[in-house]
Amino acid sequence: MDHVSTIEATKAVVTLDVALPGIIWGWMITLNMWAKSIGTGVILVGAFLLSRHKKIEMPNLRWMMPLISFIFLNIFLLFTLLDLHQPLRMVNIFLHPHWTSAITVGAWMASLFTGLVTLMLAIGIFDAFPDFRRQCGLAKKVREKSSLYEKVFPFVVFLALPVTMYTAIIMAEASARELWAAPAELVQMLFAALMVGSASLILVSDKWSAEARKDLTLILAFSVAFSFTMYMGEYFFSFKAAEVEATLAYVHSGGSYNFQFWLAMTLGYIIPFLIAMGSLKVENRTMMKFAAVTTLIGLYLAKSTWLEIPQMIPLS
Amino acid sequence: MKLGFLVDLNLCMGCKGCEIACKVENEVPLSSWRLRVKYIDIGTFPDTSRSFTPLRCNHCESAPCERICPVSALHYLPNGIVNVDSSRCIGCAGCMMACPYGAIYMDPESNTADKCTYCAHRIESGMMPACVVACPVEANIFGDVEDKTSHISRYITAHQGNIQVRKPEKHTDPKHYYVGGGNNTLNPLAHERIEGYGLFNNITHLETLGDPHHSILERFTAPIFGGHNDHLTNESFVDMPNDADETHESHEEGGHH
Repeated sequence: MDHVSTIEATKAVVTLDVALPGIIWGWMITLNMWAKSIGTGVILVGAFLLSRHKKIEMPNLRWMMPLISFIFLNIFLLFTLLDLHQPLRMVNIFLHPHWTSAITVGAWMASLFTGLVTLMLAIGIFDAFPDFRRQCGLAKKVREKSSLYEKVFPFVVFLALPVTMYTAIIMAEASARELWAAPAELVQMLFAALMVGSASLILVSDKWSAEARKDLTLILAFSVAFSFTMYMGEYFFSFKAAEVEATLAYVHSGGSYNFQFWLAMTLGYIIPFLIAMGSLKVENRTMMKFAAVTTLIGLYLAKSTWLEIPQMIPLS
Repeated sequence: MKLGFLVDLNLCMGCKGCEIACKVENEVPLSSWRLRVKYIDIGTFPDTSRSFTPLRCNHCESAPCERICPVSALHYLPNGIVNVDSSRCIGCAGCMMACPYGAIYMDPESNTADKCTYCAHRIESGMMPACVVACPVEANIFGDVEDKTSHISRYITAHQGNIQVRKPEKHTDPKHYYVGGGNNTLNPLAHERIEGYGLFNNITHLETLGDPHHSILERFTAPIFGGHNDHLTNESFVDMPNDADETHESHEEGGHH
């Protein structure tokens, strides 16, 4: 810093203040949102595929869909818990719920959703592998109730939508961070789920019919295209809120977040879109798997950037 | 009854007496503040001026922190104070994300959210908040804003047209007013934090939130088996060896980097 230089006469400068908090919601919350997108996304995309194709065309979908969902929902729940400074008090959300809080409503919905997905997973696994735990009493009971899967599934799909989007309501309630409070965030959450839901299923779709795989490619291409367009609008268009302008000006000026944002856009959106469009003409499974992996990485980076940048401006 | 605060910035001289009184009264841990006084300079030498702005919780009538708290740890008292029940707080930091005024911190000792409560415990006993008592120029004015005969109501009436709140566009309806404030003093985006121009430097961001030694594992074990710093008392801090006294930096002029 050049101490000889002067500051403009109109510019006010803070000369004494306390240290400001840095990133408060960091990588654990990013991971939480990313994992939840996968957990709900595979259900939404799976439901769409099941409505358009026969089950025989996607032989492993019945158990693979709840398995992927179950794994990532548990990652989501685990990191939700780990991010708390008093994790053992998580039970207070159920004992002393405050219903104006989207955190409370979301926790209840996500817990119910995870419970139903667990039931679907148990039925799906025991049906798909009839010799697995054949003599086990619990397995027998689950196999007897196999039809529950189809009965529960519509409720799970219905619940997947608010579970996907409630984080946007939390963001909107975090009124100090105006960048998050954009209405577009609701739709971004939905597109994020479709992006990583289709990307995850692409990685396990080797034995599926070509038509089913083509649908997956289409979902990936459309979701990354729409989500990318919305990010560009949010990134470049002028906002009325002064704090959003300040946040974006901070990122526009360069630095690590600028690099991270464009890396996310390239990996998560531009590359998968180009590969998916190419694969719609001539299918290339290897490249589609590559696109699926870059989508998963890109979404994590995009979420991380968007989560952290509004926390960098001083609030008082 | 609706308790409110008013700070006359024309009177405040930046002595930080209120800040210290708050720290002592509420045993606010190191690296945390319920109330702080910010210095802002404007102009070029020799035509410069310095303003002082005490900043604390605004006790909003429509408090975003109360709304987002998943367990009602943040709640309204009948007198309008937005209070914290630290025994219920889960430490999600949602309130820190919601408060437009950056008034909430994660207590590094209890690992729960905390903030100014207008000294609710003192109010209950019929006393004034510690910062009000400590102010040598009576720049802090506290009382019932719904009682037209109260000191604060009369002060507001006397200064009509010169009363401000922070970020009115947020529609939080703060119950914390300023007299003599302006864009520079009340809008955090109107001034810059330039490294090298502050009285202290390289302290712009805290590296950790809450207790830096509170590992993820300890978050689970501490409530059952006790934390690593449970044995510490105020006397422990007095007895601690202060290695900083022996560092090279402390011998340099100013001693702050």
